[in-house]
Amino acid sequence: MVIYEEEHTQLTETCERLARDALAKAIFIVDKDGQLVTATGETTGIDTTGMASLVAGSTAATGGLAQMLGEEEFPVHFHEGQHTHVHVSVIGGAMILVVIFDDRSSLGLVRLRTKRVYSDMMAVYERVQARMNDESQKMDLFGEITDDDIDSLFNDTF
Amino acid sequence: MSFINYAQREIILKIVYYGPGLCGKTTNIKFIYGGTNPDARGKLISLETKQERTLFFDFLPLSLPAIRGFKTRLHLYSVPGQLFYSASRKLIMKGADGVIFVADSQRARKEANIISMEDLKENLAAYGYDINKIPFCIQYNKRDLPTAMPLEELRADLNPEGKFPEFEACAVAPDGPGVFDTLKSVVKMILMELKKTK
Repeated sequence: MVIYEEEHTQLTETCERLARDALAKAIFIVDKDGQLVTATGETTGIDTTGMASLVAGSTAATGGLAQMLGEEEFPVHFHEGQHTHVHVSVIGGAMILVVIFDDRSSLGLVRLRTKRVYSDMMAVYERVQARMNDESQKMDLFGEITDDDIDSLFNDTF
Repeated sequence: MSFINYAQREIILKIVYYGPGLCGKTTNIKFIYGGTNPDARGKLISLETKQERTLFFDFLPLSLPAIRGFKTRLHLYSVPGQLFYSASRKLIMKGADGVIFVADSQRARKEANIISMEDLKENLAAYGYDINKIPFCIQYNKRDLPTAMPLEELRADLNPEGKFPEFEACAVAPDGPGVFDTLKSVVKMILMELKKTK
């Protein structure tokens, strides 16, 4: 997946609006392969990268379960904790919307508000897809990269 | 396949460690975690059984320096090796940019290596990947053990045409010979592949 600045801003703004309307603690968008697209709200103290991989893993496992039962997918699932709850929904088959909320909100409110932003997010996702398929939008990030450049990537890391 | 975020100016590469049960996939990832600059590594996540066998996957995010102003991040995953976790292995392969096959050099695991390689090919094909086209290398692990097969025999089983880069390793040793070389090799292959396709 390739996310451009404009679509990233639109997705972030939609998440911010949803966080206000649903009284959510934090909202994330994760791609189905486990990479974080955007995060908003009270994200301090959350390992957002790890969370993204776990959400994608959980969504993939839930999807596998759905297929075993003859469903194409379970596009929405919900995890209820003692104080913190997680509402997960799949958008456009490729992005995952994660809403984290506590007792200030309720599952009903989160479901309602999430459904209302779904079409906005789908529209952004469709633009992302269109740009990904548009050859003229592609930037040549690696054109002149050399073996030495690649070797130097590792020098300070390992 | 790779994830590029222009807003965050980052490129994320997903690399999957594959291989039979107990071949050392998790040990590879743990060694990389231990040998990486703490500023460059995220939290290691292991979803394992009570017996410390991988149940779903291990996950380790690493940050490399920037390429043309884009931060390069590696997301390392390992699959559960035990045969009956086939469905989980398939899920984890989705979106992989590169694969490292960790073979167990012990003679007793000869058949398990071959079965796992066939399983990998099937799971790659399920997502439309071809093992001959995706960045892929083989690591012969546990080379220090007295029960290790000769390299020629492992090659004949897993890399008969010598098409794939291969490394000898001992991931459990304090200096983990071969572990970083394998990872660097696959990262290099992915970046060269991206260079070709862009």
